[in-house]
Amino acid sequence: MRRSDRTGVYLLLLPSLIPILALSVFPLLRGMYLGFTDARAGRNVEVNFTGFANYQELLKDELFWGSFRIGLLWAFGVTVLQFLLALGLALLLNQPLRFRGLARVLALVPWAMPPVVVGILWRLVYHPDAGLLNEALHRVGAEGLRSNWLGDFATALPAVIIVGVWAGMPQTTVVLLAGLQGVPKELHEAAATDGASAWQRFRNVTLPGIAPVIVAITSLDFIWNFNSFGLVYVLTQGGPGGKTMLPMLFAYEEAFRYGNYGYAAALGNVMVLIIVALLAIYLRRRLREAK
Amino acid sequence: MMKRFLQYVALMGYLIFLGFPLVWMLSTSLKPPPELVKLHPTLVPDAPTLMNYVQAFSEQQLDRAAFNSLKVALGSAVLTVIVALPASYALARFKTRVGTAALGWVLLSQLFPFVLLIIPIFLVLREVGLANTHAGLVLIYVVWALPFALWMLQGFVRNIPRELEEAAAVDGATRLQVLWRVVFPLLAPGVVATALFAFISAWNEFFFALVLIKNPDLATLPVTLARFVGIEGTARLGPLAAGSLLATIPSLLFFAFMQRRLSSGSLAGAVKG
Repeated sequence: MRRSDRTGVYLLLLPSLIPILALSVFPLLRGMYLGFTDARAGRNVEVNFTGFANYQELLKDELFWGSFRIGLLWAFGVTVLQFLLALGLALLLNQPLRFRGLARVLALVPWAMPPVVVGILWRLVYHPDAGLLNEALHRVGAEGLRSNWLGDFATALPAVIIVGVWAGMPQTTVVLLAGLQGVPKELHEAAATDGASAWQRFRNVTLPGIAPVIVAITSLDFIWNFNSFGLVYVLTQGGPGGKTMLPMLFAYEEAFRYGNYGYAAALGNVMVLIIVALLAIYLRRRLREAK
Repeated sequence: MMKRFLQYVALMGYLIFLGFPLVWMLSTSLKPPPELVKLHPTLVPDAPTLMNYVQAFSEQQLDRAAFNSLKVALGSAVLTVIVALPASYALARFKTRVGTAALGWVLLSQLFPFVLLIIPIFLVLREVGLANTHAGLVLIYVVWALPFALWMLQGFVRNIPRELEEAAAVDGATRLQVLWRVVFPLLAPGVVATALFAFISAWNEFFFALVLIKNPDLATLPVTLARFVGIEGTARLGPLAAGSLLATIPSLLFFAFMQRRLSSGSLAGAVKG
């Protein structure tokens, strides 16, 4: 590249780079740093570097442990169910079935909805008096199963996990379907002529064919789920009794209800650590299997 | 065919799981108050009415919230395209380390929870007097949409054959003329898609709007809707459902428009709430 070209290229990149640096890279670094300080809300508050004090406090904080347990249950639960259901749906959509078009359209709608609307939608379904679920149970004669799904200690977390699955399944389905359509038909035909059963073909042709797609989408799903906020905020606000207090909700409360910026940022740092550690384990295992 | 039968049963299950909640919201939005408090609600309203839609606008100030959302989303869309256009051209046509780093940042930034971003952003915006303003929110949305917009637009640029530009240059066109007369017209579909993407992610966004906008008069649609959750009595469910459905229409149109691309999976990472 000529020198004048190079200057031109940087000039073209500049309008994008400045905002990314100023409002993404820099805040992120500052946010990570805040996790090692006692920063609090309010103007002209002195900020002191406190090293690992926040983390020592976190270790003793029962609410923190509770929220991370719930966060992991939520993230794993949603990601695994999302994947299994999406794989099933993608396999079906890859077959010449009737109503396939309808299913395709329906599978896109939850994806198109703002998370807040998804939350409201499922509050209507779970509503103790006017809800679809309780009414359906009544109609099939299972009156005893009626419940205040989002308000009950035992059912709140499973109930929000189902909503998470519903909201995220479409995207996963679309990605897996694209993966399935990329598996060469000839491989299937060859395996079939060799007398492989449907299950064997799935196991030995389909799954290896879409393995990279599976790894990519489950990793992304896990990150998105672990960091998700709006959906559960609208559904339960973390209640009842903190039973659905995801880490993001916990951090939000710490930062913007109690004004503990430093502590909330420390929580954010721990979340990043956990995600990176889990992803590293997962990706290493997948890589080893691929070899 | 036993196998086909089972496949249809499974498909039916999916249709019910995916579709019934949607139908229920639609049905709730069409029910007059007496039907909402009925002991055993029905899927099909006895006496459907559009009253809830009228009420959603008149009583819940959803018109103002919708206007705010429209303003913020349009601003984000226009600004994102203006900022992303030159950079995406550079990224597609020249290989630079900065470009690679920028795209790497796109992936890396997915890892970080919003708490880490929001506190410093809040502090910075407050220092420059943009906290609690639509301008501040638009800035954040542009930066937020930018990585994906760049990635998407540079794909569109790559699809324009280099030979076209070279031919125009041989015919004596200047650099700028080449860009203006040859590249931009061909890029129009990409620009539309990028603008729509930025529009929708701003329209749907909740967390930043919740934290950065404190003045209820400036609140966007998702924040306003969320505020009515929890304080709603059973009778208020109707307007809430109606407002929520209306709030979904822009994204539905977007998805209808992008449907073919989305089903091919090429934009699968595009929209995430």
